[in-house]
Amino acid sequence: MDLTAKVTGNILICRVKGELDHHTAEEFRDFVDRGLENNPVKHLILDLTHLSFMDSSGIGVLIGRFKKVNLRGGKVAVVNENNQVSRVLEVSGIYDIIKSYSSISKAVNDL
Amino acid sequence: MNVKNFMELRIPSKSQNEAFARVATAAFASQLDPTIEELADIKTAVSEAVTNSIIHGYEDCEGIIIIKCRMDEHGVEIEVRDEGKGIEDVEQARQPLYTSKPELERSGMGFTVMETFMDEVEVHSEKGKGTVVIMRKKFASLAKGQGVSGNEG
Ligand SMILES: Nc1ncnc2c1ncn2[C@@H]1O[C@H](COP(=O)(O)OP(=O)(O)OP(=O)(O)O)[C@@H](O)[C@H]1O
Ligand SMILES: [Mg+2]
Repeated sequence: MDLTAKVTGNILICRVKGELDHHTAEEFRDFVDRGLENNPVKHLILDLTHLSFMDSSGIGVLIGRFKKVNLRGGKVAVVNENNQVSRVLEVSGIYDIIKSYSSISKAVNDL
Repeated sequence: MNVKNFMELRIPSKSQNEAFARVATAAFASQLDPTIEELADIKTAVSEAVTNSIIHGYEDCEGIIIIKCRMDEHGVEIEVRDEGKGIEDVEQARQPLYTSKPELERSGMGFTVMETFMDEVEVHSEKGKGTVVIMRKKFASLAKGQGVSGNEG
């Protein structure tokens, strides 16, 4: 799993490449949490363009990050997820709390 | 089931085997020319069942997970078996959002994902003995009567 982060205003943008399952969930969680702790940000955008696979382990991690960000009054957005990832998110009902956008700039403008 | 081909995998319950298990199963199933979406469905469901055996079945100790895959002229049947701690109440375990490990950030959606992505999911489990999950999926390309069966006509 390949992770990168940048800060734009009060938004943390994390880009993830690879597969998000039980094996990689901890690495992903720790990376995002470090970004949230070390930067004065309110919102979180997850760029999922290069996330090729996700299962319910990813649901748990996303809901956990949502709770953290929600506590500081922010929102979580996902960007450009593929069909497989989107169907897992759909089943879990996550789209009720995390909005999806087709590009980072659209997500940034809406937050 | 009129079995045309089968395979069997035995793997230790290590998390790095999750990706291997789903990719190997999908590679086997791809012989039947499923759509990309059907293959993704199989990968997702296998990932859920194998992960459950690792996290819940064997918890902190290591055990063996056996994955069997059979194919017939309609599609595939995939069995994921562990000899871990078993499930006391299968009906409760299958409820969406039920998890026995909320402290690990599990969401309790694994069985729901399996049921959504496969046509049929059977769960057999006995406390202290282990768990078997059997999942079936028919492929759309095989349903149109263009029989694969050799003794037609
Ligand atoms: N192989 C197994 N051995 C023992 N218990 C199991 C097994 N598979 C599932 N369970 C039990 O069934 C419950 C529900 O499983 P399910 O996959 O739906 O959710 P989860 O694994 O807890 O969370 P998620 O899959 O969303 O990360 C588990 O919390 C566990 O108690
Ligand atoms: Mg699970």
